[in-house]
Amino acid sequence: MFLDFFLLLKNDGIPVTIREYLTFLEALDKDVVEYSVDDFYFLSRTSLIKHEHHLDRFDLLFGYYFEGIEKIDMEELMKIPEEWIRKSFVNELTEEDKKMIKAMGGLDKLLERLKELMETQKERHQGGNKWIGTGGTSPYGAYGYNPEGIRIGQEGSRNRRAVKVWDKREFKDLDDGVELETRNMKMALRRLRILTREGTKEELDLDKTIDKTSRNAGLLELEMAAAKKNNVKVLLFLDIGGSMDDHIELCSRLFSAAKYEFKHLEHYYFHNCLYESVWKNNIRRLQEAIPTFEVLHTYNSDYKVIIVGDASMSPYELLYQNGSVEHNNDEAGFVWLERLKNQFPDMVWLNPAPIDEWRYTESIGMVREFMKDRMFPLTMGGLQQAIKALKDKKVKFEGH
Amino acid sequence: MKFEGTDSYISTRDLNLAVNASITLERPLIIKGEPGTGKTMLAFEVAEALGKEIITWHVKSSTTAQQGLYEYDAVSRLRDSQLGDERVSDISNYIEKGKLWEAFESKKQVVLLIDEIDKADIEFPNDLLQELDKMEFYCYELQKTITAKHRPIIIITSNNEKELPDAFLRRCFFHYISFPERDTLKSIVKVHYPKLEKKLIDNAMNVFYELRGVDGLKKKPSTSELIDWLKLLIVGKVTESELGNLDLTEKLPPYAGALLKNEQDHDLLTRIRLRFRR
Repeated sequence: MFLDFFLLLKNDGIPVTIREYLTFLEALDKDVVEYSVDDFYFLSRTSLIKHEHHLDRFDLLFGYYFEGIEKIDMEELMKIPEEWIRKSFVNELTEEDKKMIKAMGGLDKLLERLKELMETQKERHQGGNKWIGTGGTSPYGAYGYNPEGIRIGQEGSRNRRAVKVWDKREFKDLDDGVELETRNMKMALRRLRILTREGTKEELDLDKTIDKTSRNAGLLELEMAAAKKNNVKVLLFLDIGGSMDDHIELCSRLFSAAKYEFKHLEHYYFHNCLYESVWKNNIRRLQEAIPTFEVLHTYNSDYKVIIVGDASMSPYELLYQNGSVEHNNDEAGFVWLERLKNQFPDMVWLNPAPIDEWRYTESIGMVREFMKDRMFPLTMGGLQQAIKALKDKKVKFEGH
Repeated sequence: MKFEGTDSYISTRDLNLAVNASITLERPLIIKGEPGTGKTMLAFEVAEALGKEIITWHVKSSTTAQQGLYEYDAVSRLRDSQLGDERVSDISNYIEKGKLWEAFESKKQVVLLIDEIDKADIEFPNDLLQELDKMEFYCYELQKTITAKHRPIIIITSNNEKELPDAFLRRCFFHYISFPERDTLKSIVKVHYPKLEKKLIDNAMNVFYELRGVDGLKKKPSTSELIDWLKLLIVGKVTESELGNLDLTEKLPPYAGALLKNEQDHDLLTRIRLRFRR
């Protein structure tokens, strides 16, 4: 029952599990809903979706599954120029797909057959292995399992349908496709803990209590101690603007994760490379620039430093004075990085740029070398390693 | 036994259904949404509508899962033993029951509100998995299993400060209270101020939605702010024409402090005004 729908959700990246599916069926079984599509939609949403950022995708899929295909205006679809279908279609193909298409007689034949089918098929179809429809194994239609299938009606046709609740897509703003969830990040950051006892004494210190009580000839004498708290201090430098715009979402996630995980967290922004000034508020960067020396003098070497940046810049910015793209800097970027390194022995660099691109950018290599291979990619694994590196100086990044 | 909203709480069809599904299937319901959309209120209203008692467990950053079950006060027992107190021989005198235990033990079904679960440690929900699933837990000190007599209706609210673990979410129903649409909001206002002039409400709502539409506000005003603001408008005898002719680009609405609670947001509006004037 509704297994296709469940599988559709699952295949499209919504993390539904068997357990939720069974709950959903159980609710149907117990007549939680009367027979109305709206209620059915609400019930499936409340039982299958557990994150608000999946709501939008769910609305879309629900729309496709329960009334998608029959309302696509076939004639409208026929008007789509063939080139257009072919173009976007070819872009999506992998090498393997291409081989399969060859096996089926080539792309032209596939498209020809699609046209033929569109002309003969007039009603909604779902499952099966021949017609255009949803969830089947036919090569034509939406969300099929046939790898060489042609997708129809996953984007362009939606607006021709009557607007239902799920078609309103009111949760659009909440959707996000970023893989690194804040929760995972927090779990990784959490490893960076330095537990110290500070503050009011509210925990029973068992060892000392036993010790004191025995000295006291068995008469109970309590000894309290302060609870352990995470006292790690972190200084975060974030590269912002320019090539970093691509990674801004990821960085802000890291930032919000870090903000909740560390009590002592200070952050500063810089652009491309660290120079004589940094700033705290990006909107007012020009008015409120803070001399980097001031930062160096404020925080002692207990602070662990995490620099987040793609390190993609012209090598001049690192090597020469007046090399900056923005202003005339009296001292080269490396001079400033060196100062930072001397002040804060525990320093790592997180790079959001995909690791495959690292070797093509000269400046990344230079910074990596400068950091003595303590530059890590901003991925789950990279973050974990970086945190390890902050605690253990021997840890290095061993990628290509 | 169905929840359909109450006289003082306007609830939408999808929310009713989520509540009813969770009651019927005896699974916890997680409520998320913008601050001020009535997440916590819901539990109280459900309790009232169904005529049940409510037990609330407010979660703080230092709350542990164990505190919800029970706490064993070993220290005072030790102390009593030295004073020769009779109570010592019975360990149950030193077990302090938590909210969950209370809810499990209750003779009638109760509503249990676990408020702001995301305030606690990131592992907190995981520690409650078994307890909420099976509705039972084991008390080591008493060597017995505490099982719910009647599975309580559990409503959990979250403000999204921390992501909740998937294993936990799988066991719950989920509902996201989105910001009410105009019509819903109107009926919410009506419930709170039945005698308010229609014209005033209309004008106030216009101002309110316009304000919500300003880009870049740190904290958009929400339902609870609107209701507070209306109260001030009534007390301050603001007339509908005062609001009707109000141009946000010229001046702030009266009692704007009730709607915008952030200094920077006030600044932002002032800046926008200045720009328009130029």
